Amino acid sequence: MLQNYLPILIFLGVATGLSLLLLGLGFGFGALFGIRKPYAEKQSTYECGFEPFEDSRIKFDVRYYLVAILFIVFDLEIAFLFPWAVSLSKIGAVGIAAVGIFLLILVVGFIYEWKKGALEWD
Amino acid sequence: MNAVPDLIQPVFDFLNLPDWLRLVAWTVMTAVMMFLTIIIFMAFLTLAERRVIGSMQARIGPNRIRLFGLPYFRGLAQPFADVIKLMFKEIILPTGSNKFLFILAPLLTAIPALATWAVMPFWPGFTVANVDAGLLYILALTSTGVYGVILAGWASNSKYAFLGAMRAAAQVVAYEIAMGFALVGVVMAAGSLNLGQIISAQSGGISNWFFIWLFPLFIIYFISGIAETNRAPFDVVEGESEIVAGFHVDYSGMAFALFFVAEYINMILISALTSIFFLGGWLSPFAGVESLPAILTTSGLHWLVFKICFFLFCFLWFRATFPRYRYDQIMRLGWKVFIPLTLVWITVEAVLAVMKIGPFARLMAN
Repeated sequence: MLQNYLPILIFLGVATGLSLLLLGLGFGFGALFGIRKPYAEKQSTYECGFEPFEDSRIKFDVRYYLVAILFIVFDLEIAFLFPWAVSLSKIGAVGIAAVGIFLLILVVGFIYEWKKGALEWD
Repeated sequence: MNAVPDLIQPVFDFLNLPDWLRLVAWTVMTAVMMFLTIIIFMAFLTLAERRVIGSMQARIGPNRIRLFGLPYFRGLAQPFADVIKLMFKEIILPTGSNKFLFILAPLLTAIPALATWAVMPFWPGFTVANVDAGLLYILALTSTGVYGVILAGWASNSKYAFLGAMRAAAQVVAYEIAMGFALVGVVMAAGSLNLGQIISAQSGGISNWFFIWLFPLFIIYFISGIAETNRAPFDVVEGESEIVAGFHVDYSGMAFALFFVAEYINMILISALTSIFFLGGWLSPFAGVESLPAILTTSGLHWLVFKICFFLFCFLWFRATFPRYRYDQIMRLGWKVFIPLTLVWITVEAVLAVMKIGPFARLMAN
């Protein structure tokens, strides 16, 4: 069984190798043909020709956090639904009723978020 | 697990390899061949994009560079010329950036895009890693891709890149939920997480393909896929008219090329997954029709490639047709339209299964 997962490991390894090779080619040619000629203006942060002012790690909207937290709730919900969906033919109507209750509780939460305006973005 | 073909065995005999190493060596060779094929396919996809959108906008597109001076197919060598150009460009490392993360980000984007193909069923009986948790593996790896985008935006230390990365994270995360719910519907209908078994659950004619009974999920999955790959009309992540190029604004040369490769390979991946989950993967729509030529009625790689090409054309078509969504509209579509719709359809599917109506009757054994 576990033997089936060996190709996945090999694929991850080969993918890493290939990506490193492509990036290495870029740096390699840069060194080999003297393409790399860095100077201060070229390496400064791109800001449409202006001198970059203040740090770019600025304050950002709290809604991004809110979206991330909501995501965790719903993604866990999906993680619970997958094993249920696979074994649906074995657990039958009782299983569907159980998940119905589970989904109902989450839908109540979803409606609450909606009414509270957590999903608004303007 | 793919077996070592007889053709290659004498080479391994000559090298006197032990059995386990033969399997590993053959898998490495398969991986390299598969990645090269996908990358060449992706290269021509970039050409196809420029030609197709060119035609849709009544212009020509790239038509200068010929392959080995062949008189036909002008512009066919354009992707290769682009690759060579990118290789000889300087990779700029901005002074304010975090150098290690700056280099790591393109790798983190490209590696999952390539490695996902390990579990893909290409034709009957051929899957490199025929694992039972194939769908979970794909979900896990495709969501890893967003780390590369966030790291790129953070490490560049540029305001445009940072804003692009924040948008990318929230957008990908929102559409991943809709995508996950759509897949729950597919897994319910197929009863397996193994991609090969999801295809075989759809065998027996076009009426068994999941896109008929799961039509809302099919549409939602494909649109979420477009949003996940940050393609138009959901490309506010790059939004060239406001944040220049978004998260990869400070990248150049091959570091940029890796992001580019990953984006297009992810497009091919979404097309392949949509075909497998909803259009029966390598299954032929004309199975059992005697009067047609054999190539049309047999299942095989050609049908999967045809379906992938169809969805890729849709990607390009949408880009040429739709204006870009506003960011609040994107979030509203993801949270307030797609998630309720998928929840409703999963409930409908479960109720139909309990009532033993339609193809879902077989889900209830007792």
